[in-house]
Amino acid sequence: MSEEHHIVPWKNYAINFCVITVLMFLTVWVADQDYGVMNLPIALIIAIMKTLCIVLFFMNVKYSSHLTWVFAGAGFFWFLIMIGFIIVDFTEFGGMYTNSLPGSQSAIGVP
Amino acid sequence: MAVIADREGAYAPPVREENYLTWDHSIKSWLFTQDHKRIAILYLISITVFFLLGGIFAMLFRIELLTPAGDVFEADRYNKFFTLHGVIMIFFFLIPSVPATLGNFLVPIMVGARDLAFPKINLASWWVFNVAGVFALLVLVTGGVDTGWTFYSPLSTSYANTSVFLAVTAAFAAGFSSILTGINFIVTVHKMRAPGLTWFRLPLFIWANYATGVVIMLGTPVVAITLFLIAVERLWGVGIFDPALGGDSVLFQHMFWFYSHPAVYIMILPGFGVISEIIPCFSRNRIFGYPFIAFSTLSIAILGFFVWGHHMFVSGQSFYTGMVFSFLTMFIAAPTAVKIMNWTFTLHGGNVIMTTPMLYAIGFIGLFTIGGVTGLFLAAMGLDVPLHDTYFVVAHFHFTMVGGMAMAFFAGIHFWWPKMIGKMYPEFMGKFACIIIFTGFNLTFMPQFIVGWLGMPRRYHAYPEEWQVLNVMSTAGASILGFGFLACIACLIWSAFWGKPAKQNPWGAKGLEWEVCTSPPHPHNFTSIPVVTEEAYSYTGEEVLDID
Amino acid sequence: MTSVTMGPAEPVIPHHFETKPQHNECNILGMWLFLAQEIMFFGGLFTAYAVYRFKYPDAWEAGSAELNRAIGTGNTIVLLVSSLTMALSVYFAQTDQFKKLVASFSLTMVFGAIFLIVKAFEYHEKYTHGLIPGAWWDPIHPPEIDDPSKMQLFFIMYFIMTGMHAFHMVIGLIIAAVMMIMMLKRKFGPNKYMPVEMFGFYWHFVDIVWVFLFPMVYLI
Repeated sequence: MSEEHHIVPWKNYAINFCVITVLMFLTVWVADQDYGVMNLPIALIIAIMKTLCIVLFFMNVKYSSHLTWVFAGAGFFWFLIMIGFIIVDFTEFGGMYTNSLPGSQSAIGVP
Repeated sequence: MAVIADREGAYAPPVREENYLTWDHSIKSWLFTQDHKRIAILYLISITVFFLLGGIFAMLFRIELLTPAGDVFEADRYNKFFTLHGVIMIFFFLIPSVPATLGNFLVPIMVGARDLAFPKINLASWWVFNVAGVFALLVLVTGGVDTGWTFYSPLSTSYANTSVFLAVTAAFAAGFSSILTGINFIVTVHKMRAPGLTWFRLPLFIWANYATGVVIMLGTPVVAITLFLIAVERLWGVGIFDPALGGDSVLFQHMFWFYSHPAVYIMILPGFGVISEIIPCFSRNRIFGYPFIAFSTLSIAILGFFVWGHHMFVSGQSFYTGMVFSFLTMFIAAPTAVKIMNWTFTLHGGNVIMTTPMLYAIGFIGLFTIGGVTGLFLAAMGLDVPLHDTYFVVAHFHFTMVGGMAMAFFAGIHFWWPKMIGKMYPEFMGKFACIIIFTGFNLTFMPQFIVGWLGMPRRYHAYPEEWQVLNVMSTAGASILGFGFLACIACLIWSAFWGKPAKQNPWGAKGLEWEVCTSPPHPHNFTSIPVVTEEAYSYTGEEVLDID
Repeated sequence: MTSVTMGPAEPVIPHHFETKPQHNECNILGMWLFLAQEIMFFGGLFTAYAVYRFKYPDAWEAGSAELNRAIGTGNTIVLLVSSLTMALSVYFAQTDQFKKLVASFSLTMVFGAIFLIVKAFEYHEKYTHGLIPGAWWDPIHPPEIDDPSKMQLFFIMYFIMTGMHAFHMVIGLIIAAVMMIMMLKRKFGPNKYMPVEMFGFYWHFVDIVWVFLFPMVYLI
């Protein structure tokens, strides 16, 4: 039988849906305001909150084993590694793209 | 109360004393089998075909390099040969080699399970692999591909007029099949271990395949999407990576190497696992520092994702990123060295028996150490600038991939051959082939270190005359190496039909596959699930070989 | 033991598992591993998107302005509702409610299909505005930025990312159709709800991708 498996009452799903919908309208509303450089972080934070709602409650990770948490987290974490390193390379201060290394631009021996 | 479905169903234990090879001889029972052992054999056949194919291309371009002038093949054809050699060897031999054959066969048995967690997905993996193989063969008949296995843009997207699309599709599909295998391994190791088999009682081969599964799962999809973008750019004619059309080719290299550097750990980690089994068995010694080897495996898997930029020191990567990657690359040498040290200490004080697998394993330790140490040269950002894209790099990765992985693969195949096939290979022929391979390998790639250091760039079909001696040595070595591989494969195939039947535990080895399973194993692996009460590698020095 | 109206009367355990919880945990873990690799798959696209957005912020702003935010918002709601009905389907399968299961699972498919149809109209609108990259590129409102050609890159990424998302939805709908047939044959029930739950994981994941796509493409 399924007693080992947590059955979540349907009301939880309904509440979760309402929260996500509210967050969605929030992100649309926020997009019309101008917070300068904070536009992107705010949108991403709301998207992450929505994701957490879906992952934890629709996908029942909240009631899953720690192992599920680890691998669900690993996917997101490895994505951050990839995008982190690559974006840092493209935003590099004083890197090859600007040819403004301290000393000379040929310090690394490559054109 | 639970119904146990299928236990008497699809492959119920027959009344007669049968093993997984003999219980059903029909073609259908092989092609649509869900038995991990049979899938391992199917994979073994597939990758042997591709291994020979890749080897033929290697021989062809080594013939061209006999003479300084480009006289046997024109440059275009030469480019196609080394590209096909690379694509086939990497995506169709090295990546599936140990996990898909020995891993598929041994992971469930070593953890004391009746099968992998998802047998159908395991079968699907083999089918997807063969579909990928068909695409690879289509590449051959449609004129080949000449971009190098790296598919660098804009060469692959705007300039190459060869079958790039088919080639990236083949690599994409092969990657997908490896993802299915990787997921299966992770779930099996986590959830299907026999009672008493705690993490630190697992054989190190399991740790290695588990870590490989993690790398496959997190890395392969990135190269899949990257190759997909290459295909889109080619078919659609829009600029995603081509700078002339507004894209960025450095981004391609980042995304490509995010997978393709960890991919070398996909290739080598299972080899480490094989060596960790063979060394203690034929030293009759407990493995030295079990937890260190186990954790070094995991740390290689994780650190492997932080070093990809060392392929891009001269590709327009920014200076500080290069410094970070150089530093991190140095780091990854530490866990690898830990393993080499531990194997050496296992040999120390052991009662070493020189069987064929042991010869391969000891060869592995020496060759892989050379490959690893020369990797440190290339990891140093300053030294990489002159050495980048020279034969030094070629020699380095062939020492790790052929001297390391191919040696480990053949070591493992010989070691578990009695278990997989139930026949003993002829010991003298095995040793003979091993020594031929070792000699030929060194003669092929040692001169390439020198010629690379002198500055010969890779991927050219002509070169200045002063390098001819070294290149002739290398080609001579390649023919010896090729002969050695053929001798080895012929000897194994011969023994599968006419070899002496193997006893249950011919090596006097420890482990569930030797101590509990018959040779070859029962279709269900175990008549009843074993209970594990001791650690792996509890060798006492008293074990004897059980060969007629 | 109470009898159930749908699905097997008792839990079915494939031959290579020992217990039902072991079977379930394997399914859940395996599905999460699959989703982790899906995250990395879409992660590659998001990385490319982020790099180009960083390099060409003006073109990205101009491109984003070409999109119809109302349609995007509407489609987001459609997808969220389908996620809700999907979650409820799992609940109804677990609690042996056949009619509600079929109803909510059908609704999931219907909303998924609506999403794709709306998407198709949206693509068509882009076509009429000359915003298909490549040979058809001929925007009727060329952006007033330094290098208008870079807006093409935005639309390349837009079409690839939303297209890959739509492709996952199509795959999902095909699987859902097969599952619907099995469901009507009462193959799933309290003793066999894992396929429904696993499909739900996939469906929710596709939803999560959209949760990120929507603000990144339409809003900012």
